[in-house]
Amino acid sequence: MTDRGTPLVEMRDISIAFGGIKAVDHVTIDLFPGEVVGLLGHNGAGKSTLIKCLSGAYHADAGDIFINGEKAVIANPRDARDYNIETIYQTLALADNLDAASNLFLGRELVTPMGLVDDVRMEAEARKIMARLNPNFRKFKVPVSALSGGQRQSVAIARAVYFNARILIMDEPTAALGPHETQMVAELIEELKRQGLGIFLIEHDIHNVMKLCDRASVMKNGQLVGTVNVNEVTDDDILGMIILGKTPEKVA
Amino acid sequence: MTQSTTSDKAGASGAASPHEGPVTRFLRATELDTRLIGMIGALLLIWIGFHAYGYFVNGFGAFLTPRNLWNLSVQTSSIGIMATGMVLVIVTRHIDLSVGSILGFCAIVMGMMQVYVLPKYLGLGHPLIWIIAVLSGLAIGTLVGAFHGWLIAYRGLLVWRGAAFLVARGETISPVDSTFALLGGGPYGAVGATGSWIVGLLACAGIVFMIFHGRSQRRKFEFPLRPVWAEVFLGIVGCGIVIGAVLLVNAYPWPKGIVKQYAERNAIDIPEGGLFISHGFAIPVLILIGVGIVMTFLMTRTRFGRYVFAIGGNPEAAELAGINTRWMTVKIFALMGFLTGLSSVVASARLNSATNALGTLDELYVIASAVIGGTSLGGGIGTIYGAIIGALVMQSLQTGMVLIGFDAAIQQVVVGSVLVLAVYLDKLYRSTSK
Repeated sequence: MTDRGTPLVEMRDISIAFGGIKAVDHVTIDLFPGEVVGLLGHNGAGKSTLIKCLSGAYHADAGDIFINGEKAVIANPRDARDYNIETIYQTLALADNLDAASNLFLGRELVTPMGLVDDVRMEAEARKIMARLNPNFRKFKVPVSALSGGQRQSVAIARAVYFNARILIMDEPTAALGPHETQMVAELIEELKRQGLGIFLIEHDIHNVMKLCDRASVMKNGQLVGTVNVNEVTDDDILGMIILGKTPEKVA
Repeated sequence: MTQSTTSDKAGASGAASPHEGPVTRFLRATELDTRLIGMIGALLLIWIGFHAYGYFVNGFGAFLTPRNLWNLSVQTSSIGIMATGMVLVIVTRHIDLSVGSILGFCAIVMGMMQVYVLPKYLGLGHPLIWIIAVLSGLAIGTLVGAFHGWLIAYRGLLVWRGAAFLVARGETISPVDSTFALLGGGPYGAVGATGSWIVGLLACAGIVFMIFHGRSQRRKFEFPLRPVWAEVFLGIVGCGIVIGAVLLVNAYPWPKGIVKQYAERNAIDIPEGGLFISHGFAIPVLILIGVGIVMTFLMTRTRFGRYVFAIGGNPEAAELAGINTRWMTVKIFALMGFLTGLSSVVASARLNSATNALGTLDELYVIASAVIGGTSLGGGIGTIYGAIIGALVMQSLQTGMVLIGFDAAIQQVVVGSVLVLAVYLDKLYRSTSK
């Protein structure tokens, strides 16, 4: 992969254990600008755990993370944000009692010159970004607990997109969505790709993987089975990797 | 921000439905919190109920008199100040059972300072004594609170009561510095008629300014405006309440003995029929109002307040959003400690002494005030004004039952039942608003 220049992200030899369980065991993955890398595997394969090391929620026991070729220290979510890494969590990580704008800007509030939160400006900005992502979104005044699954999802996506991320982590972004909204997310991913973002996509639906991803890294029991170029393999090959932990012969 | 009222929902769903009744339309136009209206309704019901009971059963309605309401306002202050801090603690899904003990400890420290320590160095009656004493009390409260925040799981209930005992050897420390005593209220510890009018007019000016400012902000960002009649209505009601309060506190004259003492000291001749000197707002009440304004500002206009609500709504999400939740907890408990220290100033000044028992079981009243005022024990929801009204409700019940001569045992039953009812209503309210 070195012919493509410096990777945007390189997670090298990452290990993390909880008690005696090795959740992630010496895994190396990378991501280039304008690329979507799918992360696949069974539930409990270690995908989310691996990615949480990048977003700062967990701290790896061993291994290094390189951003643009430079060693990065990511001790908490604030550090990750400083590296322009944005994450859409599987749980969405929304504060249910706050409205959409407050969630969108949580931790990065717009403030007035006096240092006070500028709710009106944040709501105006939220209206702008939501008009782009989900034009049907109207409920700006209610807590997000009153929103539907799809609407909540769009708030979480808006949060990741608004702050000009360079690296986007999407943990099952379409799990709660209907077909129409899934299509909107797919279009969004295409658009972000064109803008040169690197995207890690954790996804269970093999059809979405084949459609959206450039490469796929498959994990099983905390270990990396292999990374393949999606256009060189069939969905059966990938399923074989997920279920049997077997790398297809032609790429291996 | 945390409101999830019907008015909000109606406002969010866009155009006015043609079928809505006048009440719904009124609520939507004024954007008033239904919960606030409910609390004020309950409060008025309690007041009128006790007055009527006294009037019909005992032949004298003592509740709705300037004297009782003035005293009620002073009694509410100590609990009210702490309740505003407890809102933050409960909103972030914690509970603080140590406030009563910290209050006692702060009071003892301040008492020791002004009775034994400072006079030795500064001389008795030195003007700095009360300032240093208050500052030391606030500092102690803040430090203890921060320490608790740091320990979080640790509860200092008995530790600080014990510490207070050690410091004072169980003695009652009295009398406190005379300036310090003013902070507790009483005839001299009030701002008088003119002062009250100044406070009242400032408050009215503030209300009018907020209405105009809010309108211009909404216009700037092209958000829907409230109808003019609703703005005028809010302005008139707000100013009306303020002016009513001023008239009320000014209608309560100093007792004859105090007037006589005052007249002798200032060489004033008391005219025929006595001299009418108004109490005006008591200083602790003004402290409570000031605390209420500052805390409301903190909760709704600063990042700190936003993070408090975010942590209450979803601690994990707050952490993932880059909020340092542990440091926030320390800050919240430190603030609670500071407010307890302040409350301790009011409580010990009012008694004119610091005793080891001061603040015993206050934590229950403080928590009850916050919960009655709409702070959800599940976290994430609560308002400062609600907690203050809650404190007023608790104190009204207490005072009312004393006035009509209920047994202490029944009083406790009633207070406990009200708390259970408040928790039940909170549960009901949240399940319907979701």
